[in-house]
Amino acid sequence: MSMEKNPQVQEDKIRKDASDEDFDTRLRRARGIDAKPGRGGMSALPKGGVALALRIGTELVAALGVGIGIGLLLDYWLETKPWFMVAFFFIGAAAGFLNVFRAAQGFGGVGGNIPGSRSSESKDDGGEE
Amino acid sequence: MANPFEQFEIKKIIDIPVAGVDASFTNSAAFMVITVAVVTLFLTMSMRGRALVPGRWQLTAELCYEFVGSMVRDNVGAEGRKYFPFIFTLFMFILFGNMIGLIPGSFTFTSHIIVTFGMAIAVFIGVTIIALVRHGFKFFTYFFPDGVPIVMAPLLVPIEIVSYLSRPVTLSIRLFANMMAGHTMLKVFAGFIVGLGFIGGWAPLAVDVALTGFEVIVSFLQAYVFTVLTCLYLHDAIHLH
Repeated sequence: MSMEKNPQVQEDKIRKDASDEDFDTRLRRARGIDAKPGRGGMSALPKGGVALALRIGTELVAALGVGIGIGLLLDYWLETKPWFMVAFFFIGAAAGFLNVFRAAQGFGGVGGNIPGSRSSESKDDGGEE
Repeated sequence: MANPFEQFEIKKIIDIPVAGVDASFTNSAAFMVITVAVVTLFLTMSMRGRALVPGRWQLTAELCYEFVGSMVRDNVGAEGRKYFPFIFTLFMFILFGNMIGLIPGSFTFTSHIIVTFGMAIAVFIGVTIIALVRHGFKFFTYFFPDGVPIVMAPLLVPIEIVSYLSRPVTLSIRLFANMMAGHTMLKVFAGFIVGLGFIGGWAPLAVDVALTGFEVIVSFLQAYVFTVLTCLYLHDAIHLH
């Protein structure tokens, strides 16, 4: 009984009663605000000519290099010089173009599928590149 | 004129040979330690007051936190929250490494490809493991877009795989090339200042001042780009598409 007299304890109890049942919902709401991921980040990347050119160049060359590297490794492993290197040269070039295409679209060279949802995602971030 | 590449030279400070492997403590390692110490000091000292109305230092620390926090939220979503410590550490390490490297006489460890590649490959392997744990075998559908005729698979799948494998390469080259090019340029123009003497040295000095300001922007921008791409890769690992 004496505890009820204590204003601090009483106040805590009131606050607890008021918020106990909806704490979970409030927490969920607070987390729900940012539940949907956007693709807004890349639109903030530099759009200047030099920066974009440097980025595109890197994408193109890196994929080509990775392709040739894989080809050389496969040739070394299977002793089929130079066939895998030639094949992976073209695959690497294609992957480079794919990266450039994606970078120019503003996905930052992120690989994988491009479903239709991309366009719906990009509408809420204002300006895609 | 001084060699503009001299600044990238790795010098041993303490020689530590471990079973035939050279594990020496170099100037590069020293500046990594300094960076970690500066970041830790900056964040702990500025947040020590824990004021409701932040002071200048606390505001700066909170700005960094908020900046990376919103980056993770916008690019990865709510599920990315548990990866925030890693991304924040990555951002602060690269940013402070770049900035400390701009102090004359110091060493920029981000101008070495092995450092940036080490970070990029750690991100790449980590992200791939997260994707594999979360999606299991379904992860491999990532390399084959939906709605494409199955006949195209032998051509498309290798292209997608090479594109995926080129991620750590582009990630590391972008940071390393930017830092190295900027610092070389600074040094070249600094050499012109000495070479042209008191009469003509003012023009390269002005260029160097402008370049230093430009380098500050580049330092921040490259740390940002590295982190934002890590976020995007993480987004792809969590949501697959």
